[in-house]
Amino acid sequence: MAVCIAVIAKENYPLYIRSVPTQNELKFHYTVHTSLDVVEEKISAVGKSLGDQRELYLGLLYPTEDYKVYGYVTNSKVKFVIVVDSSNTSLRDNEIRSMFRKLHNTFTDVMCNPFHNPGDTIQSKAFDGIVSGMMVQSG
Amino acid sequence: MESQEEKPIIYTMENKPIVTCAGDQGLFTSLYTSLAQQLPREPMEWRRTYGRAPKMIHLEANFVQFKEELLPKDGNKALLTFPFLHIYWTDCCDTEVYKGTIKEDMLRWQNSLRTHASADWVIIVVESNDTKKKNKTNILPRSSIVDKIRSDFCNKQNDRCVVLSDPLKDSSRSQESWNSLLLKLRTLLLMSFTKNLGRFEDDMRTLREKRTQPGWSFCEYFMVQEELAFVFEMLQQFEDALVQYDELDALFTQYVLNFGAGDTANWLGSFCAPVRSWSGLLLRRPIDMEKRDGIQRGEASLLDLRSYLFSRQCTLLIFLQRPWEVTQRALELLHNCVQELRLLEVSVLEGALDCWVFLSCLEVLHRIEGCCDQAQLAANCSHTVGLWAYATDKLKSLGELCGLVSEKGPMSEDLNRTVDLLAGLGDERPETASSLQSPYKKLKEALSSVEAFERHYLELSHAAMEMYRAIGRLRSARLVGKSLAEFYMRKGDPERAETFLQEALKSYVSEGWNLPVTHTRKQIAECQKLLGRTEDYLQTSALLAGDVNLTTEERKHFCQEILTFAAKSGDQAHKVTLSMGVFAQLTRLQFHPATASVHSGAVLQVELTLRCLMPVSVHIQQVAASIHFDVDHGGTRGRSKAAQRQTIPGTVEFNQVNSSAGPPSSSGAGPPLELDEIHDRSPTDNSLSSTGVVCKNIHLLMRRHDNKSPPDTPNCVSPPAVAMKEGAQMLKVQEVTLEPGNNSIMFTAPSGQPGTYTLRQLCATVGQVQFVLPHIYPSVQYEVYSQEPQLTVEPRSEPLLAGLPQMVKFTLLTGHYAVKKGDALQLSNTDTMPILPSTGCSARITNPAAELVGESVLSIQSSEKVTSISLPATPPYHTLEFHLEVLCIIPSGNDRPPNERLTNGEVRHRPRSYSHPDTPMTAIDQRMSIDCPWSIYSTLLALTFYIPFKTKHSLLSAGNRKYIQVCVQNVSDVNFTLAEVKLTEKQHAALELQSLNAKEQQLLCSKHSVFCLWEVRWKEDLPSCLQCVFSANFSLLNQDVSSCKPFHYQFQLERVTTLYSVRADILPPAGEQHCRSGLLCGLEVCITRLTEPAEGETAEESKTDTDGLKTTKLMYEVADSSSNWAVCGKSSGMVSMPVTPDATHKVQIEVMPLFAGHLPFPKIKVLKYLPHTAAVAIQPDPDSCVENDSLSLLDKALDDQADTASIRSRGSVHSVGSGDQQQKGVAMPRLEPFSLGQVFNHSHARQVLVLPSTDDHIMEVNAT
Repeated sequence: MAVCIAVIAKENYPLYIRSVPTQNELKFHYTVHTSLDVVEEKISAVGKSLGDQRELYLGLLYPTEDYKVYGYVTNSKVKFVIVVDSSNTSLRDNEIRSMFRKLHNTFTDVMCNPFHNPGDTIQSKAFDGIVSGMMVQSG
Repeated sequence: MESQEEKPIIYTMENKPIVTCAGDQGLFTSLYTSLAQQLPREPMEWRRTYGRAPKMIHLEANFVQFKEELLPKDGNKALLTFPFLHIYWTDCCDTEVYKGTIKEDMLRWQNSLRTHASADWVIIVVESNDTKKKNKTNILPRSSIVDKIRSDFCNKQNDRCVVLSDPLKDSSRSQESWNSLLLKLRTLLLMSFTKNLGRFEDDMRTLREKRTQPGWSFCEYFMVQEELAFVFEMLQQFEDALVQYDELDALFTQYVLNFGAGDTANWLGSFCAPVRSWSGLLLRRPIDMEKRDGIQRGEASLLDLRSYLFSRQCTLLIFLQRPWEVTQRALELLHNCVQELRLLEVSVLEGALDCWVFLSCLEVLHRIEGCCDQAQLAANCSHTVGLWAYATDKLKSLGELCGLVSEKGPMSEDLNRTVDLLAGLGDERPETASSLQSPYKKLKEALSSVEAFERHYLELSHAAMEMYRAIGRLRSARLVGKSLAEFYMRKGDPERAETFLQEALKSYVSEGWNLPVTHTRKQIAECQKLLGRTEDYLQTSALLAGDVNLTTEERKHFCQEILTFAAKSGDQAHKVTLSMGVFAQLTRLQFHPATASVHSGAVLQVELTLRCLMPVSVHIQQVAASIHFDVDHGGTRGRSKAAQRQTIPGTVEFNQVNSSAGPPSSSGAGPPLELDEIHDRSPTDNSLSSTGVVCKNIHLLMRRHDNKSPPDTPNCVSPPAVAMKEGAQMLKVQEVTLEPGNNSIMFTAPSGQPGTYTLRQLCATVGQVQFVLPHIYPSVQYEVYSQEPQLTVEPRSEPLLAGLPQMVKFTLLTGHYAVKKGDALQLSNTDTMPILPSTGCSARITNPAAELVGESVLSIQSSEKVTSISLPATPPYHTLEFHLEVLCIIPSGNDRPPNERLTNGEVRHRPRSYSHPDTPMTAIDQRMSIDCPWSIYSTLLALTFYIPFKTKHSLLSAGNRKYIQVCVQNVSDVNFTLAEVKLTEKQHAALELQSLNAKEQQLLCSKHSVFCLWEVRWKEDLPSCLQCVFSANFSLLNQDVSSCKPFHYQFQLERVTTLYSVRADILPPAGEQHCRSGLLCGLEVCITRLTEPAEGETAEESKTDTDGLKTTKLMYEVADSSSNWAVCGKSSGMVSMPVTPDATHKVQIEVMPLFAGHLPFPKIKVLKYLPHTAAVAIQPDPDSCVENDSLSLLDKALDDQADTASIRSRGSVHSVGSGDQQQKGVAMPRLEPFSLGQVFNHSHARQVLVLPSTDDHIMEVNAT
């Protein structure tokens, strides 16, 4: 499963970022931040070709030696980034897609909360729980 | 490539399917050229098995001489060396020759083919016309040879023998026979391919299915499938060839993954051997035979296998013109290999993989550069940049490993490691030996010395960064920059490092990534410390000390850095100024009192709430807030002005602009609108001329947002130039300890001068360090106003009644003036309103909050002119209150002499009475002039008193006897007792006024009246003018008699004396005893002069007759207003009366009663007739005047009490008023009524009995 899951606002500041193991948090922050380059590249590339029927899943943003970074962008330009350990080869593209879909649904729930102020960082426990479920369970 | 061409089997792209040629070699040689040329000319459709799409291919062949060895032995699965077709050439046309030698040869050839189960053969018989002609006679028809061959060899396959006619001639027949031959060859070749490849593939699949069996070797299988790939490649089917390699790749990958999952294959053991060589990919050869041999022998390492596989894929991809796929696959491969080695737990020398990756990256890049031009490369940076960055990364870690990055250079241990690493590279390949820039050379050089390493590393880094920038991946570029910065830091070059770090930091800050911000800041702090940039370092330290992402220890460390610096005793003049935002946040500001508006000198406290971000408590020497002072010119007007500005809030909450957490604020909505109402008032009369709404922070809202750096973020690149403006007024607090979290600091604000004070900056000083908040926003103001002392007087109870002692309240608002002991108010005494001395008059002093502060007895000293009130000492802005009893003396008469009224301007303080619209009482304004100690001008205060009484007088006559009646009406709301009612005459002592009033004391209730009557008695003469004074004592009901106050009423009576008496008699008609209605009867009016002419009636009223007697003209008039009488004939007339006593004039008038009954006498009026005076020059028309006169006369006759307005409306200038002498100059005869009492009518109210008329057949009944 994922080692890092991030939700990034339209303005590119992090709304939510969580990673395991925690001691490597900083590295993931850098990784996710850098991946925004590719996300933006892909969004602009998609925007040019297809109009309305946009695929939200951006696919593999870029691989590194240790991790694979996948991207997803909602229609409101909120980005989801999932980082997967490269050694975890059992994950298929479809599984990644379904993870993103699940994340998107949970995110929508958070946004539907009338007490949530859009643009604030996500504090929802339910969201946290879903994300935890998608993360690598490590001791 | 050249060297290998001699070999029979060649593994190059020159590979072609092998076709063997047997039989007549000479014949073949002569035809070879055209055959080799023409064979690939036309494409053939290749139908594939397993539903694969058919393909058009151009067939080529490598024609070799048939040898027994060429035929594949059993078990040899090599495809490349496999002869797909065997041709036997012959041009024999002689049966004998055929039978003798050729047939035998053919049989041998067939046998050898058959033993190898090769069925792909063809016999070509070449015939030419020349040979035919030559042997025309004894030669069998040509067909016989062909037929023989066919019958001998091709028992059922006739197509295995082809005839080529006249191949060297240029004829249509020859061409045709060539075409059919070529077609046959192609078809046969394809048939052979399909058959042999199909068989091969089947074998291959069978082999693959055996992969689970023990003893199965991947390497063997690899060789088999690669063979297939080679064939496809040979057939130019690169796509198919690539598929073979990809399948191999996937298969291998799967095995590795399975290994990871615990499913170990035996053959994988060889790949798990420790890596001994890491020479990188080699992409310059189409086929790396060295590695291939290794694989074949089962000795290849994982890296070898991967390298070989990739080199093949790369070759094919480049043939397919897909170089960018190469780069992408390369990156994947490199990542994958690293992972696989890890997974297989292959022991690798530390750094060896880095070498391998580095070399491989460069090799791939070189390969790509070799097949693309510069423009293509530039346009496809996005595909190559990953490799560049990866190579950079790897070189960096190699450098670190080999001690090339440290300042001191490599240690011996590092050198040993370098040697080991270089050993694993082996010797340079011959292909690149001549190239100066080969990856091998680069790596070797880079690892050889610190300088070379730096050069190579920088070169790579910059290349990667530039590429990232070029394709717009700025974040990636900055990350490379950051890594470069780390390198510089290791090298001890913090200056260069900082540039990169700051750039990266800017991006993290602007996008709100906290952890990277913190981390980068920490690195920057290190830089700045090394660079000795104290101010910047302290600023960064402060930011870090307040950074919640750091551990408490780290925060404490940075905090301590600041405190240590601060504690240094240094140059006092130079203090380090830092932004306040990094140290503490101003969260709230509160004013006490909350109005934020005080009078000058009052205590105003400002409470600041500072949230200290430091991890430990910090002792601060001084907290100061600078103040901008605006002199408020209108401030002296007092509270009214302050009240207008209610916008000043007592508590200001500051926006929580959290610089270190949360999204950057500037990217959002920006600052909120600050709107304010504006009123534009006219300067002259303060009337509103326009109003509007103004936005106060437009400069913030309209700021361009194109620069991304948020304005409120302190220290993103360099600390903002914060300077404490000196010289301004300050709020100061010394020696404060700020605990982490919220702290409250109290300031006492200066409030000396009136005006507006704006808090501008905040500064906290810790030793050498100052934390400055350059702008307090939103702006905070407080107001200090100044107030002039104000003295007001108001009644304690409304209304103030004149004539009675009344309490009035004096209120003194001291304003800015402090009343000292001995200060006194000097009241100028006036006659009309004396101040009654009272004892025990006390003054209350209250503070602005209306709390009683003190009470003291007032001492009041009265002298002739002034009353002096000594005030108790009162502090400024307090209220002093005391009560005084005053009495307003009721003016004794309302009929003042006219001259006094005219010259009224001189007597300023004379109270003026007037009727007030709200009350029936007459009001008097009393002015007081008070000299106050704080002003050189006298204060004028007015009090309005009301006279509770209205007094009227009247003169009553009875013949010669005179009575005076005075009516006192109480118009107030209170009840009085009236006592000692008295009337006196001032001038004539002889006159006696006899009171006819019975009671001594009388109750005078509210809204009631009391009438008093006196009879006037005189001895000699009654003076024509009487000056009377009515006086009475009055007190409030139920009050002591001693508290009685006098009330005077002065009036004047004129023309008191009775001049004429009028007597009337009605005489019944002759012969009748009573009057009858409808019958004329006589009215006899007798006017008698009673007195000597008085002094008043001289020149104008009388005129001297010719006989010397003084006469007066009177006009009489009979008028019956109630229509009881009809006056027949003259109703009015003129009589001339001698001015002597007892002169009598009788007038007879005929009147007719209209009704029966007791009828009142008709009214008889007597008026003065004043003829026109001759002195007047202009004489108006007398007739019209007379007419006018009679008109007005008649009017008067009809309307006894005609009001002046109706007279004026008639154009008459007559006035009834006795005092007005304005018509003096008007030259017209006029009438003037006598004053009341001058004419006494004896027959007033007399009645006469009128009988009804005799003929009473007419009865008139009047019912009303």
